[in-house]
Amino acid sequence: MTPGHRQPGQRRWTGWMLDAYAALVLLYLFLPIFVIVAYSFNKPLGKFNFVWKSFSFDAWRDPFVFPALVEAMKMSLKVAAVSTSVSLVFGTLIALALTRYTWKGAGPVNLLLVLPLTTPEVVLGSSLLALFLTMNAPTGFWTIVIAHIMFSVSYVALTVKARIRGFDWTLEEAAMDLGATPLRTITHVTLPLIAPGIAAAGMLSFALSLDDFIITLFNAGSDVTYPLYVYGARRAAFPPQINVLATAILVSSLLLLGATVLWQNRSLKQALVKE
Amino acid sequence: MDPVVALDHVNKRFGDFVAVHEAHFTIGRGEFFSMLGPSGCGKTTTLRMIAGFEQPDGGRILLEGQDVSRTPPYRRNVNTVFQHYALFPHMSVRDNVAFGPRSKKVPEPEVQKRVTELLEVIRLAHLGGRKPGQLSGGQQQRVALARALVNYPSALLLDEPLGALDLKLRQAMQIELKRIQREVNITFIYVTHDQEEALTMSDRIAVMNEGRVEQIGTPQEIYHAPTTVFVAGFIGVANLLSAKIVGVMGERAVAEVAGQRVETLAPAWTAGAGAEATLMVRPERLRLAEAGPGVRARLETAVFQGPVIRAILRAADGAEVVAHVGAEAQHVALTPGQEYVLSWEAEAARLLQPSKAPHILDRSDRPTIEMAGQR
Repeated sequence: MTPGHRQPGQRRWTGWMLDAYAALVLLYLFLPIFVIVAYSFNKPLGKFNFVWKSFSFDAWRDPFVFPALVEAMKMSLKVAAVSTSVSLVFGTLIALALTRYTWKGAGPVNLLLVLPLTTPEVVLGSSLLALFLTMNAPTGFWTIVIAHIMFSVSYVALTVKARIRGFDWTLEEAAMDLGATPLRTITHVTLPLIAPGIAAAGMLSFALSLDDFIITLFNAGSDVTYPLYVYGARRAAFPPQINVLATAILVSSLLLLGATVLWQNRSLKQALVKE
Repeated sequence: MDPVVALDHVNKRFGDFVAVHEAHFTIGRGEFFSMLGPSGCGKTTTLRMIAGFEQPDGGRILLEGQDVSRTPPYRRNVNTVFQHYALFPHMSVRDNVAFGPRSKKVPEPEVQKRVTELLEVIRLAHLGGRKPGQLSGGQQQRVALARALVNYPSALLLDEPLGALDLKLRQAMQIELKRIQREVNITFIYVTHDQEEALTMSDRIAVMNEGRVEQIGTPQEIYHAPTTVFVAGFIGVANLLSAKIVGVMGERAVAEVAGQRVETLAPAWTAGAGAEATLMVRPERLRLAEAGPGVRARLETAVFQGPVIRAILRAADGAEVVAHVGAEAQHVALTPGQEYVLSWEAEAARLLQPSKAPHILDRSDRPTIEMAGQR
């Protein structure tokens, strides 16, 4: 933030203002997360973990004491795993079709991809429910999964598309020229090179699925995901275990993110040095 | 000649654009064959059709006598060196080179043997563990070459492979390419827009323009005996003068240039007396004298260039003429503004069918072309 043409130490007061402003924005963004993490170490007085009482590891020592909470978390992870896997396959194929080839349907498909992102979730959730009811489909795990796939495919396709925009397609020609069948070309050349983009899309899709509330609420039937459990819990009881599980997810996704960034930087360097 | 690749009246269009029109020629075993022409002339499209990336709209492509027009690239025994190398960035040099034989399910010990052998040929055996991103441009170029040669293809296709290198490296690589070609004795089909490159390395050159093959011949034939105005103007420096045929007698002809009768070789196409023609004569074949028979022209400038003096003159009909005056003729004093007489041996001048806009093809002001012209 130091302007390059100034002497060291000679900073204008506006520079300090900018620093302070940036710090405030970051604080605004991260304070709620700090509170969640901090309250996982709280020992609340009653059933509600809303007021700070005293520091304790109790909740961390016994994270799984509430079977309903554990079930909800399992349900969420299952939904996220299935919907992410399916979305990765379809989304990546859509992204490849859109960047690799020029075809008539590309324009409409691009539009349709953005639609689930821009449509209010209430509309998506309720219309999906209407569809399931007309079809007499029992709502529950599979309808949640279908609903999540619906929006995840868009996120995956758009993320992968953005990441492979600069991909050198002559590499595919080179592979086939050397005798690789189309299948071998995909598995040995295309996929390894676009894997970082797919991984990023997968993490995004997993996080969105884990997090989704509105669409899930419409289509969950009697099944309960983690966000639905938390919402329901705020009336009866709000144990610190909720914060514990949330913090655990936060930490593991941060670790995963860090690993991905490291890995991507490495493959990015490999891909770019030759330019 | 034992043909490896044969093109049988091959045509290719992209929409309304005719990329290749009636390409019909064969390429022999062990030959260094170049396709030369300006961008958009169809040379790369022709190469891509031989590789299998494009399919001809008409005609056939034969590889070792087999029609491969509809065969996908991975089942054709030809390999390509791409313009920007297209090395796999996530694989080491060894794995890049091994990719071809592994795709063809060659047993691993044999793969390793071949890779080692090819890395020796390109003299990069010590860098086998590196990733392409850690190599210089010239090294990447050689890895691309090894990777394409490791399958022992019937023909190696090279798409302007030296285009991305700087001049000095390019010249070194030209010699290196020729050495490797002799060493492995594989047919090279080389696409370039650089006429100097084509003249340096090729056994034969196909000069292409606007989708058509204008002439196929050895570098000497292309340079000394061009058959079209385009070829004459594209290769080296050519004086292209409008002429009228006075008479043809066997191998020789008499034509009228700028009001003077001159002797030339017989026209390259069937033309009788009275026909319009373009007379082509190379600058180094022109003799400059103060008097005598020949075409009269006024000297505009004379530039000393070391081996030759480059004289630019204007003939009586307004045409610009470039003459390279060698050391043996430099006793003639060259004074701008003075009139001189230009003459030449009859076999140095050729009569070509006139093109519509010959002035566009006169590249005498391009220095890169001149270097090849003095060869």
